[in-house]
Amino acid sequence: MAEETTTPAIQLPDATKLVVSNSPHIRGNETISKVMVQVLLALLPAAIAAVWFFGLAALKVMVLCTVGCIAVEEIWNKCTKRATTWKDGSAAITGLLLAMNLSSGTPWWICILGCLLAIILGKQLFGGLGFNPFNPALVARVALLIGFPSLMTSWVAPTPGNLTVCDAMTGATPLGAQGEAVASLADLFSGNVGGCLGETSALALLLGGAFLIVRKLIKWQVPAAFIGTVVVISGLVHAINPEITQTPIYHVLAGGLLIGAFFMATDMVTSPMTAKGALIFGCGCGLITSVIRIWGGYPEGVSFSILFMNALTPLIDRYTIGKPFGYIRVKKEAA
Amino acid sequence: MSDKPRKFKGGVHPNDSKALSAAKAVQDAPLLDSYNVIVHQNIGAPPEVIVKKGDTVKKGDLLAKASGFVSVPLHAPTSGTVSALEKCPGPTCISVPSITITADGEDAWGDCMEPISDWQNADPAALKQRVADAGIVGMGGAGFPSHVKLSPNKPIDTLILNGAECEPYLTADHRLMLEEAEKVVLGAAILARILGLNGATIGVENNKPDAIEELNKIAGKYNVKVQGLRVNYPQGAEKQLIYALTGREVPIGGLPMDAGCVVQNVASAAAVTDAVINGRPLIERITTVTGEPLVNPGNWRFRLGTPISKALELAGGIKTQPAKLLLGGPMMGFAQNSLDVTVMKNTSGILLIPVETASQYTSEPCIRCGRCVEVCPMDILPATISQAVENERFDWSAQLNVMACIECGSCSYVCPSHRPLNQHFKRAKAEIAAARRKEQKK
Ligand code: SF4
Ligand code: SF4
Repeated sequence: MAEETTTPAIQLPDATKLVVSNSPHIRGNETISKVMVQVLLALLPAAIAAVWFFGLAALKVMVLCTVGCIAVEEIWNKCTKRATTWKDGSAAITGLLLAMNLSSGTPWWICILGCLLAIILGKQLFGGLGFNPFNPALVARVALLIGFPSLMTSWVAPTPGNLTVCDAMTGATPLGAQGEAVASLADLFSGNVGGCLGETSALALLLGGAFLIVRKLIKWQVPAAFIGTVVVISGLVHAINPEITQTPIYHVLAGGLLIGAFFMATDMVTSPMTAKGALIFGCGCGLITSVIRIWGGYPEGVSFSILFMNALTPLIDRYTIGKPFGYIRVKKEAA
Repeated sequence: MSDKPRKFKGGVHPNDSKALSAAKAVQDAPLLDSYNVIVHQNIGAPPEVIVKKGDTVKKGDLLAKASGFVSVPLHAPTSGTVSALEKCPGPTCISVPSITITADGEDAWGDCMEPISDWQNADPAALKQRVADAGIVGMGGAGFPSHVKLSPNKPIDTLILNGAECEPYLTADHRLMLEEAEKVVLGAAILARILGLNGATIGVENNKPDAIEELNKIAGKYNVKVQGLRVNYPQGAEKQLIYALTGREVPIGGLPMDAGCVVQNVASAAAVTDAVINGRPLIERITTVTGEPLVNPGNWRFRLGTPISKALELAGGIKTQPAKLLLGGPMMGFAQNSLDVTVMKNTSGILLIPVETASQYTSEPCIRCGRCVEVCPMDILPATISQAVENERFDWSAQLNVMACIECGSCSYVCPSHRPLNQHFKRAKAEIAAARRKEQKK
């Protein structure tokens, strides 16, 4: 006969199912892909602005590069028998950033070539995410710039609101003509000028940049030092002789300074880890950019400056190691 | 001393989950049939067992005596018979010697130590001896003998009681300060007398306003100051606590006394009161039994030697199978694989971590995001050190000051790549210590 059921027995954990591992036993809910998705979100305003000003041609370039980078990364992973990594979001960011560095008139095969250069040359050959010393999107941009100088420096004039525009009309880049403004500050701020997809709208970039800083996805020290240095140097030179260069505000708004300072120089993998290192890194970028822009042969020094500073990152990291807590012998007590 | 607590750099804000047990008043755990007292419950030398199988003991009788200066005696949690001297599961998942007491149900005290009610005029050395005789250790988790901390060989001007209880989930110290504020404050005053100081400071995280209020009601009477502290893990880490309260940094590799401070846990202070005023050795402690999988989390006063299984039963057992069973808090506690481990002097919490929140992740490459650097309260570079360890470059990790790491786990907590940073540092510290020992032998 079945026994009467009494109060249910107290249930204890099954000891054989208990996991033994190191502390800490709880973790924050941050993951690589969450970080990357937020960076992608931050690029959204700039992407929307690009489509607004350059039409669906811009969208085409962005989709091509993003999907292209993901595809190249996966094919590489397959060929080298690695685990798939596209879900971490880093390839998508590289793709979108690459697109931001191209004009809407860029032929499709340049886009794909850029993806190959970015993912394979810029990232996977070094061992993949976390091991690449240079920002992959910039590696691709600079390689393309050297390989196809004329293609890479012909710009499409903006056609705000007209989404269907696809044919490339070449216009001057605002930084191309030295000392001579080709666009009004208002146009530069909104993005109504020719240039790379992501270079044009200062407004959209500032929105994204603010998001990155507020969410602590980047160190504010990098853009602050980068832009600050450019402002100071161009301001000084402009004050001494306005013939040589534009006003500092023009320097900030025109060209790739904002996207470079907020989105490219701040790439975690390739910039210093400490706050002090980030300041030095940003100042270095600003200095090199100013020098190239004002006295160099290229109108645009942002990409070169970031790549150059990327190379110095390990050095900066090494020499900015601070003193740990308690390094000083007992401090005098404040009365 | 400045009036405003300072902010130490870094730290994290884990979900504190204290609400599960914070409102649960301490209950006395009912007397068990037997207790399995682990012999080695302190940092330092294990005490020397002086009972044999078959001996009868009274509650508070000596089971093992201190075997050196950095060692404390162990006392019987109840009256009964020594029924076994065997090995049982220990807190680090390795079997350790233990003494089993089969209770006689009388729970009768033996010849206790003489109360020193006139402690204000008692000889400080006698008071200190009492602390040692009562077997008191750091009850916040470290288990370091209290009397050793009370014998500094450097000038001391500040006594700090650690009531921060910054680990998520734990509320044992909170309840103690709330319900037995007088014992804590009195303990502080006694400790101050031992050190020849006039007064002490109790640091409590601001998320326990009721405890701060209770302590404040009587603190003035004993010239004790209660200082609310910023809620930030690891606020209760000794070095961070000292910095917050005094602005002094304990030198790397140094001790609180190098900054003129002695730090004692609030539960240890309460135990000091018991030892001095009531003549009672340390045979029980308040422990939080908590975690989402439990039916009825709360705080209990357990005798040393109470099996974890009994504690979990008191908490109503489980609703769901947990992923982990911990002794201590989720940031620094030790994972267990047996329910037969027993409550020790430093068991501040018995915690069940549900499957959903247990950190079981595969580690990915470091993306150099710098989050770990930002949160490290010791201001070292976890990411770089971890890479050094992965490359077996222990000398390099030493140069990067891995020895300063307090193993608080903040860096592992925030790492989006889920890197086993803490694990790397433990390994590096062990390797470096071993290398140094080898060096000294030469
Ligand atoms: S390195 Fe050590 S001290 Fe710093 S956060 Fe990590 S565990 Fe804590
Ligand atoms: S938090 Fe993790 S991923 Fe970020 S720098 Fe530190 S170790 Fe690397």
